[in-house]
Amino acid sequence: MDRRRFLTLASLATMAGFASLACNTKPGFVEDLLRRRFTELGPADLDRILRGLEEEYREKYHRAVSVSAAPALDDVEFGYGLDLSRCVGCRRCTYACVHENNQSRDPQIHWIQVLEMKEEAGLHLVEADQYYDPPLVPEEGFFYIPIACQQCRNPACVRSCPVKATWQEPDGIVVIDYDWCIGCRCCMAACPYGARHFNWAEPGLPPEELNPDTHYLGNRPRPSGVVEKCTFCIHRTRKGRYPACVEICPVGARKFGNLLDEESEIRYIMREKRIFVLKEELNTKPRFYYFYAT
Amino acid sequence: MRDGNRHEENLIADDGGNRRNVGDTLRLPRFSSLIIMLCIFLTISLLILFTILDRPPVSQAEAGGGYRSYGPADFPEIGFDVILPEPQPGAVAGAYTLPPPPFSDEDIFPCSGCHEDTEVDPRRRELVDYHEEILLNHGPEDRWCFDCHDPADRDHLRLANGSLIGFDESYRLCGQCHGTIFRDWRRGIHGRRRGYWNGAKSYLLCAHCHDPHAPHFAAIKPLPPKLRPELLGMNQGSTP
Repeated sequence: MDRRRFLTLASLATMAGFASLACNTKPGFVEDLLRRRFTELGPADLDRILRGLEEEYREKYHRAVSVSAAPALDDVEFGYGLDLSRCVGCRRCTYACVHENNQSRDPQIHWIQVLEMKEEAGLHLVEADQYYDPPLVPEEGFFYIPIACQQCRNPACVRSCPVKATWQEPDGIVVIDYDWCIGCRCCMAACPYGARHFNWAEPGLPPEELNPDTHYLGNRPRPSGVVEKCTFCIHRTRKGRYPACVEICPVGARKFGNLLDEESEIRYIMREKRIFVLKEELNTKPRFYYFYAT
Repeated sequence: MRDGNRHEENLIADDGGNRRNVGDTLRLPRFSSLIIMLCIFLTISLLILFTILDRPPVSQAEAGGGYRSYGPADFPEIGFDVILPEPQPGAVAGAYTLPPPPFSDEDIFPCSGCHEDTEVDPRRRELVDYHEEILLNHGPEDRWCFDCHDPADRDHLRLANGSLIGFDESYRLCGQCHGTIFRDWRRGIHGRRRGYWNGAKSYLLCAHCHDPHAPHFAAIKPLPPKLRPELLGMNQGSTP
């Protein structure tokens, strides 16, 4: 065999090997490698990806999981109100969020942080304590402020993403495509609210605790190495439901509604109550309003 | 001879070509300088070491929690499945549902079941035998049962103008004094709502959350804080 013949045969064999590798992987493998970003997907591709994810989760968790990609509703922009005069700091919202949104149990990830602040110090983030654990809340002389993603109109996280894996949806929800995220954590550094969380390890999610009603951009099970955050319970709110934290709050401090609807609860709050946003001076323009009802 | 050689090496030329002896100004006894440097180095490292060892163990660092990881499954008493029954096919936007008032199905209502035969005693007194568990802590000293309950018809509440209302409309009674709260409650700002932000909702009566006889919201036990980051990945998790 001469040199030319050897090289031809060897390269042919290599190509055949790669081709057979590609053929033997699960269907859609090559398409996934070459797929377009989420917002540019056609209906056929989107459906194939969603069904593929459902199949993957069924194998992993041995349960039927539905993955939806419901688009934003027309003429809807979500806004959130939180009544600081009512919040007692009981952290029911934190755990309801973990339950609803399939956060990792171990290592632990909490999308909602509740800060305890001294009344005499006022709204002072440096003096805040997030590890308070008294027998009963509210404690005398303290008030509480839960913080999650503020769904900014001018989100620093979106601009900092080098691969455009996170963006603002038409209804104002800032979402992450976990299949597009490269895990660089630039967005976490950019977020002034500490609202983004990173899966340092494979998320620990017992199958019996999995919430099978999921959304592609929201609470579907995440792989390790991606960033996640609050999405206003995108899988619930796009069906008209309240977010889980709103419904679990025992004091009714959490309010939610459509900013474009004059009659909505959130618009009433903005008209009638004293409201403020966190770190207003950063010009992030949050859609999350804190208020004092009394 | 060797000293002479070294002396020669230490001579360097400056720009003007003049020769100058550097070693004369910088030379130190070799071993003593080494020992001084070593002493300084050891002192600094010992200081750093003691600072590290002197820190209290992490579990006693400060008060508060965060030393164990908890998940929603650790609190079965709290129903985290906040799933409202799907709305009825006829449910339209703006439809409201409401659970029955407290004590509706506990062999307590109707109140007339017991009160029919008893004589009305309007005096302010300490209750014995019946309703002694009621702690009246609602506003001024002169409040008494018949400010809200009707002495003749125990199955209804009585407004200030004398008209009777059912217990399922008790918000009208509360709203007589708490007007601003009542206004917020009707708009969904005060109190807890569940359901659809753009449609059917369920709401609660004042008495579902506030004891009308002592309305201040009772303190509750908080769920535990998140795990401190320095303990993450140390297998302290409650869930395997």
